Amino acid sequence: MSTVAPHKKRKKAGRDPSGKKGDIDLSAYSGTAEKHGPIETLKQLPFDVKDKSLSVGIDAEERCRSGSFYQIDHSVLLSSAYAEGLEVMDINRAREKYKWLSHYWWHAVHADADQYTAQTDKAQHHGYFVRTQPGTKVDFPLQACLFIGKEGLAQNVHNIVIAEEGSELNIITGCAAAQAVHTGLHIGISEFYVKKNARITFTMIHNWSDQMVVRPRSAIIVKENGLFMSNFICMKPVKDLQMYPTAICAGENATVRFNTVILAKEGSTMDIGSRVFLRAENSRAEIISRALTRGGDIIARGHLIGEVPGVKAHLECRGLMLSDRGTIHAIPELEGRADNIDMSHEAAVGKIAEEEIHYLMARGLSSDEATAAIVRGFLDIEIKGLPPHLAKEVKKAVTMEEDLHLF
Amino acid sequence: MLDIQNLTVTVQGKRILKGVNMHVSSGETVALFGPNGSGKTSLLHTIMGFPGYTVETGTIQFKGEDITGMSIDKRAERGIGMAFQRPPAVRGVKLKDILRMCINRREDVDETAISRYVQKLNLDDFQDRDVNLGFSGGEIKRCELVQLLAQDPDFTMFDEPDSGVDLVSIHLVGTVINELLQRGNGPCKKIKSGLIISHAGHILEFVNADRAYVILNGRLHCSGNPRDILDNIKSKGYEGCITCLR
Repeated sequence: MSTVAPHKKRKKAGRDPSGKKGDIDLSAYSGTAEKHGPIETLKQLPFDVKDKSLSVGIDAEERCRSGSFYQIDHSVLLSSAYAEGLEVMDINRAREKYKWLSHYWWHAVHADADQYTAQTDKAQHHGYFVRTQPGTKVDFPLQACLFIGKEGLAQNVHNIVIAEEGSELNIITGCAAAQAVHTGLHIGISEFYVKKNARITFTMIHNWSDQMVVRPRSAIIVKENGLFMSNFICMKPVKDLQMYPTAICAGENATVRFNTVILAKEGSTMDIGSRVFLRAENSRAEIISRALTRGGDIIARGHLIGEVPGVKAHLECRGLMLSDRGTIHAIPELEGRADNIDMSHEAAVGKIAEEEIHYLMARGLSSDEATAAIVRGFLDIEIKGLPPHLAKEVKKAVTMEEDLHLF
Repeated sequence: MLDIQNLTVTVQGKRILKGVNMHVSSGETVALFGPNGSGKTSLLHTIMGFPGYTVETGTIQFKGEDITGMSIDKRAERGIGMAFQRPPAVRGVKLKDILRMCINRREDVDETAISRYVQKLNLDDFQDRDVNLGFSGGEIKRCELVQLLAQDPDFTMFDEPDSGVDLVSIHLVGTVINELLQRGNGPCKKIKSGLIISHAGHILEFVNADRAYVILNGRLHCSGNPRDILDNIKSKGYEGCITCLR
């Protein structure tokens, strides 16, 4: 299998995005949490936890879900799978059960990539293991929630997802903090392995709090004819979010798509990007991002690396400024390392054109309604191949920011 | 319906309209002729209330109310509509979203009217497209008209509705403008009014205007029978208008 260090060769944009210099003081966060006992059903969660979970696509009623994983702080409360050929469990239990898992553990992501991976390697607090058996096609999405309920806590999880040959899996991961929690650190290592003819759709929705620091570290390896599609949505305040998931198209005809929709309010810093190595013939990649600032600072990255002839990839990065404060720094990168490659990008950052607002006002919309319609349209990215249940959650998450309805 | 008195307008300090007086009665359709840069579009944009068109003197009254300082949406709310000559593309906003928003402001029709309107203008395949994005010249004109059908204004302004439209489509454009302005309705009482800018006058072969104005260098010079004025312009050019005025 191919490997990659997820934060190699990155350009600097105002600060060190690799985290190697230690931009966050890890010692400022608590490494211990009280233990939460297991539950039999998500309905047993406290009302406020259920409510917050619902905002990130986690349905306590488990309607149209193929399974659930729920972790609060450092405790796994529940893991269940309702579809044949689908396994969902605490990663620690999985490592005990399957010794072969060591081949996947810290394989796509390197443990020494930065201080966050190193910290998780040193002090890991569970995470999920998800696997589909060969040929299994799971229609309904599996839901996984990583929740922080203790003020000032560091939660370091490590997830592994494996779609065996010819299998199909949809995951919705919700990451959230309790209403009373303001500060905390979430580090999430996620390693995805998409085998031959398999496909994974991974939808992640964040709803943290205004002083949370969040450091997902993800890598994906996609084999022949495999497909990995990621949808990431964060419309709620967070102090500092930095992620740069990296995928490798390692097999012929492998396809990777990253869709990102983010809103940064004042006080939020989001350094977000996606990278794809197109390492096999006829592999395809698409990175689409929509960044919106209402006073926060955004760095929107994207990096496509074509390593062999015959690959095709496109990067589209659009940023919309809704405030005089805040910044959007788009850094689209294309890197060709072979001939006969087809890679392109488009990037645009700006304010809403007054002319467009006036045009809609001439149809009877107020200035606020016209602005909201344009912003909603900006965020409404067309996600190809998203199952209806996930499309509904994505739409809900993107429009959950009440301000989008009336500025 | 519309009464403009002594309207002087500047754009970035430059005087574009100079003491314009205009009256459009209820049920009346008026054509506006003038050479490039004479102030035709500026007059329409001022009536619609676009910022950037500063009214220095004069008033605009609509249905007896002074709307001179009113915002664009309030004017639209009171029944003024406009087909743009070169509307902007609004990325992400679907045509059907705009139609729905217009329909929802009305009480006489529901959303089922949308499919009727788009079919009428052969725009079925455009409902889910970002409005005006990548549309051809003719598609843009039809897209403007379908929005106006959904909006149903009492006073509609058309800025060059025939430019860029092929000979087959212009018949359709004319038919819909007639519908919007209640032209060809026979003896029934007309309430809707219109103001049509046409450079070459093609659209007037399909829409019967009651009267025409000529605007030259920001001033309205004459008003009269549209066909007579158009024939005069065609034979003598706008120079002929100036001579006529002398």
